[in-house]
Amino acid sequence: MIEIKDLHKSYKMGSNSLHVLKGINFKAEKGELVAIMGSSGSGKSTLLNIIGMLDLADTGEYVLDEVPIKNLSETKAAQYRNKFLGFVFQSFNLINYKNAIENVALPLYYQRVGRKERQEKALNYLDKVGLKEWATHLPSELSGGQKQRVAIARAMAAEPKVLLADEPTGALDSKTSYEVMDLIQNINDEGNTILVVTHEEDIAHMCKRIVHLKDGVIVEDKKVEQVRASEYVQ
Amino acid sequence: MFDIERWQEIFDTIRKNKLRTFLTGLSVASGIFILVILLGFGNGMQNGIEKEFQEDAITKVSAWPGVTSKEYNGLNPGRRIRFMNEDFETIGYNFNDLIEYGTARVYVRGATVNYGPESLAYDLFGANPDFQFVENIKMVEGRYINQTDEKAYKKVVVIGKKIRDDVFRDLDSPIGEFLDISGIRFKIVGVYSEMIDEEEERIIMPNTTAQLIMTGETQVNSLEYTIPRMDNFEQAVATAKALENSLRGYLLKEHQVSPDDTSAMEFGNALEQAKRFYGLTNNIKLFFWFVGVCTIIAGVVGVSNIMLIVVKERTREIGIRKALGAKPWSIVGMILHEAIFVTAISGFGGLVFSMLLLEFVGPHVEIEYVLNPSVDLKVAVATVLLLIFSGTTAGFFPAWRAARIKVIEALRDE
Ligand SMILES: Nc1ncnc2c1ncn2[C@@H]1O[C@H](COP(=O)(O)OP(=O)(O)O)[C@@H](O)[C@H]1O
Ligand SMILES: [Mg+2]
Repeated sequence: MIEIKDLHKSYKMGSNSLHVLKGINFKAEKGELVAIMGSSGSGKSTLLNIIGMLDLADTGEYVLDEVPIKNLSETKAAQYRNKFLGFVFQSFNLINYKNAIENVALPLYYQRVGRKERQEKALNYLDKVGLKEWATHLPSELSGGQKQRVAIARAMAAEPKVLLADEPTGALDSKTSYEVMDLIQNINDEGNTILVVTHEEDIAHMCKRIVHLKDGVIVEDKKVEQVRASEYVQ
Repeated sequence: MFDIERWQEIFDTIRKNKLRTFLTGLSVASGIFILVILLGFGNGMQNGIEKEFQEDAITKVSAWPGVTSKEYNGLNPGRRIRFMNEDFETIGYNFNDLIEYGTARVYVRGATVNYGPESLAYDLFGANPDFQFVENIKMVEGRYINQTDEKAYKKVVVIGKKIRDDVFRDLDSPIGEFLDISGIRFKIVGVYSEMIDEEEERIIMPNTTAQLIMTGETQVNSLEYTIPRMDNFEQAVATAKALENSLRGYLLKEHQVSPDDTSAMEFGNALEQAKRFYGLTNNIKLFFWFVGVCTIIAGVVGVSNIMLIVVKERTREIGIRKALGAKPWSIVGMILHEAIFVTAISGFGGLVFSMLLLEFVGPHVEIEYVLNPSVDLKVAVATVLLLIFSGTTAGFFPAWRAARIKVIEALRDE
């Protein structure tokens, strides 16, 4: 599903250049649930953004579902993001003047799905994350956990090939974090490929595989026994 | 433009960002409002000044006799020039194509005027039936002096409204009453009104009667003409000048006056005066246009400022939309679509409101030199379109920049 070869990325800051990714080699098959770990500033977000086509690598190869991602125009990148990728961010990134269902329906708008079908699908996904009753509430009326569940519903509504989550539990307390991880595990159980960036050990162990980033390279890549989040959720 | 989904998305955005929409709309609407009102008053002033001059025979050309100051053809200076009936008739015949209406005036001096026991002191003179049109006199009661009066030397007069109000206030109407003028009974047949109050304090009788009964001569005291209606002002000024020159040429020759004798006759040409006033109104209009254009520029700057702020405020939203798959052009389209829609609605709103105001209040405006302020609809609509167009152009650049911004940068923006 994802294939990355010798990926490099550096940020230019004035005359200095910060080499963040120094040759990443990484593969993920369909249906995997991978945790990307590393200390703060190790380049986890940078890697995820490149995979998500929100940012461009300097050199290296990246193939997503057999499509080489290279020299994409803005328009093409937007199309791929819309069709292939779903994002979940630490800070939720919901549109504040749109209510829950409208937020979830937004990627479908950009897929040119009709209004009625959008509404139905969005409500369906809200139901899956257990927020059907909150459909008409604005983000400001939701708790952090609820916001993140709306964001996950929004990411899933587009039926992406890969779900990318950058510290999805970073802003949540541990109980809420487990609820969100439970949701992510359920989505993975249905066969979806998911990458989760985190620096928390317990969250990482709720994935099936942990990739460790350090000094711009992957220093460790291991399969783990998945801890079910539902064990911690009542 | 006809993408219904996008319209719905725009309406959603507008509905949920009422304050932003309201402020944008308000600045556009008030800009248009101010412009229309200004232009309206510019036109109102032009109308007012035009009216003022129309009332007092804007196209009048006159000649008065004087006393010669130069020797000519063996004639001594100090000779009193006398215009005669024949002068009036010949001029009317010779310069027919330059003249629409003409009248001579015969002053009746030293006559006593009585109404019953009351002695009246008003201007008294004779005039031709066309005097009514030369002076733009409006009848408020009865009729003006006509051809029959003139031919039959009728002893009739018309009086100004002010005389009626002063002398005949106890009567329903002065029509049919008799005035005693130097012992002869004159019947009042009409009451007229004039723009200027003093011109309503006059008693007018037929020229023929004035000459036969009062002066006993065929002399007239002034010759007054109006030119035919012209298509434009410049043409009218030229025609009036041509008539003045024709009058001068004829009268100097007929009365054997040196061409450089300035005191022998006097000529008046109202149009040349009017021209200066017209120039003034044009300047005023120009000034209003200037102020109006400045208002529009301020409006355009306002709209583009709002656009900048809107785009800035929506940077994060734009980032989210792009992450979800919005293409750069759809972002530009979304922002401009909303801007055009809001600008158009509020622009035309301001237009309709100000036009209605002019329509209903305009006719009641009673300021000197301002009459019925109104605005050419085409000009006003063009202004709104200009504002929409320039607002959109001004808004395009921030929108384009926002659409090009990298998603991660837009999302980092707090
Ligand atoms: N746009 C940028 N410009 C310059 N430096 C950046 C930028 N984004 C990230 N960095 C730097 O690159 C490094 C990696 O950042 P990031 O990928 O966000 O780390 P992580 O997500 O692992 O905490 C950090 O040192 C960060 O300061
Ligand atoms: Mg990070």
